[in-house]
Amino acid sequence: MTAGEMHATVETATLLGIDAVPVEVQVDVSSGIPAFTIVGLGDAAVLEARERVRSAIRRCGFDFPGARVVVNLAPAPLRKHGTGFDLPIAAAILVATGQLQRNLLESAVLVGELSLDGSVRSVPGMLAQARSAQARRLRLIGPSGILRYRAALSDLDAQPIDTLRDLLQRCAETPCPRIDAPAPRKCFPDLADIVGQSSAKRALEIAATGGHHVLFTGPPGTGKSMLAHAMCGILPALDTDEAIATALVHSVAGADETAALAGVRPFRAPHHSATIAGLLGGGSPPRPGEVCLAHNGVLFLDELPEFAPSALQSLRQPLEEGSVTLVRADARIAFPARFTLIAAANPCPCGYLGDSQRRCTCAESTISRYRARVGGPLMDRMDISVDVPRIDPSFLLRTHSSETSSVVASRVLEARQRAISRNASLDESIGTLPRGRLRQHIALSRLSATASEALASCARVGHLSGRAVVRLVSVARTIADLESSADVLRPHILEALGYRTWDTDAAA
Amino acid sequence: MDRAEIARRGEDAAASYLERCGMTVVERNWRAKNGEIDIVALDGDTLVVVEVKTRRTQSRGTPEEAVTPTKQRRLVRLAEAYLAHTGLTEQALRFDVVAIRPVADDRALLRHHRSAFVSQ
Repeated sequence: MTAGEMHATVETATLLGIDAVPVEVQVDVSSGIPAFTIVGLGDAAVLEARERVRSAIRRCGFDFPGARVVVNLAPAPLRKHGTGFDLPIAAAILVATGQLQRNLLESAVLVGELSLDGSVRSVPGMLAQARSAQARRLRLIGPSGILRYRAALSDLDAQPIDTLRDLLQRCAETPCPRIDAPAPRKCFPDLADIVGQSSAKRALEIAATGGHHVLFTGPPGTGKSMLAHAMCGILPALDTDEAIATALVHSVAGADETAALAGVRPFRAPHHSATIAGLLGGGSPPRPGEVCLAHNGVLFLDELPEFAPSALQSLRQPLEEGSVTLVRADARIAFPARFTLIAAANPCPCGYLGDSQRRCTCAESTISRYRARVGGPLMDRMDISVDVPRIDPSFLLRTHSSETSSVVASRVLEARQRAISRNASLDESIGTLPRGRLRQHIALSRLSATASEALASCARVGHLSGRAVVRLVSVARTIADLESSADVLRPHILEALGYRTWDTDAAA
Repeated sequence: MDRAEIARRGEDAAASYLERCGMTVVERNWRAKNGEIDIVALDGDTLVVVEVKTRRTQSRGTPEEAVTPTKQRRLVRLAEAYLAHTGLTEQALRFDVVAIRPVADDRALLRHHRSAFVSQ
């Protein structure tokens, strides 16, 4: 080993939000007092790599140099997190000491955690790493799980390895054949299994078509949660771009991304004890929260008024922007969060306000306090508010035939396609409302003369805000799409207005 | 037998063991301002700094455990001083620990840890 050969660089990347930022692992091995140091702003997990790397190199039959080993992670000012640096550091040491051929790792990016026995483990954000490798036209060498991404990322060059030892043999071989992950099936209730509640089902259909937010209000046990879960059955599958975007968020959160990659829309139902950090994301390094994990899917908040008011108010930004931006001293990180919100609430703390059979035992002040927890601004963003009343037991026990989820799903899919072709000029996806282009949006919605007239008078009488008017038009447009009507007609406006109940209650 | 005597006999045993392993002992009890290196040896081209630890009982742990991170750092500084003193700046170097536990008057158990630690 001459002094000239004792240096090596290997490409890897570190996560910053949902992106993988390129990092170069530089290794210098020199004589002198033996040491193993890692510089370049690594966190505790990066520094602990020393013990894993040393052990893995020995266990795989290589020699760990008894010399001064200095590892630099460039660019040095960027903070680096996690255990994915183990594999590139070990590989760079092997190249620097001549135990691994230099050309094997050229135009490759390495990511993976090492066990003490030298086996390669997966780390959070492997999909982000795969996407970055694909964009940089580099071969990704990492744990065997990376093969799954080849179905979604078509021209990804992925080379899985099981142990550090495999670097010697497999990297010289041609890539393995592509493996398609089996599509996981999720269980959710079918709309046909829910008795009655036709207006709630209609609300779900409109919400699924237009990405509108829904509030179900009703006494306990009437099927609010079941209705919300049934939403999964009527939403169309994710398209490839949406699937990758959703899977990316799940990947960096360390969650399983196979369902999202297979096109299953996420359904997140955080408990009402959730904190702001849990809902929006947080921590260091910043991790995505529930609203981000619900990206392109459904966020279900059961018992809405039981959530901490501060947590609910924090939802306003993602509801409006479709993303969450976490600001840290050293970085601003944006996670996508475009979701359909489905909320369920009891009308009052005891749950029986307005019930035909049982009396509500709450004081009026208790009821207003209960509703104030949710607050006007969030309520203003609920496009569709429907009551889910108690069903007469005799009706419940009779046999019924009602539409199955698959019938509704096909209607939803057709209406969405109509909406997409109409909005093509706006370049917006379903569920986002235009900002600063309200007139254009209303013009594109094609209101008939009678509909405009009805809208104007409703807005005047109901003291509707500008946002409320836009949301009203957008729900009416979705209803018109479902009826395959080119123009928004007066009945569509009136139906949409009928769904804005809770705030008119509050105003009264 | 006092402590110094035990330590000296341990170092003698370690030195003769290292010679039998094919190493050349270069220095014994090399002193600097901040301490001393028990043995400096040559193993081929590699300079070996050896710390010898002798303990009569295991009641306070094994002899090797007595080479704490603090002592390791002190040995690293001593090694730097030795390299500077001899002018061997590009020298390959290694830290060994020899642990000795006497079992009878003329018999002892000896364990040799090659490359026992590195500078942190």
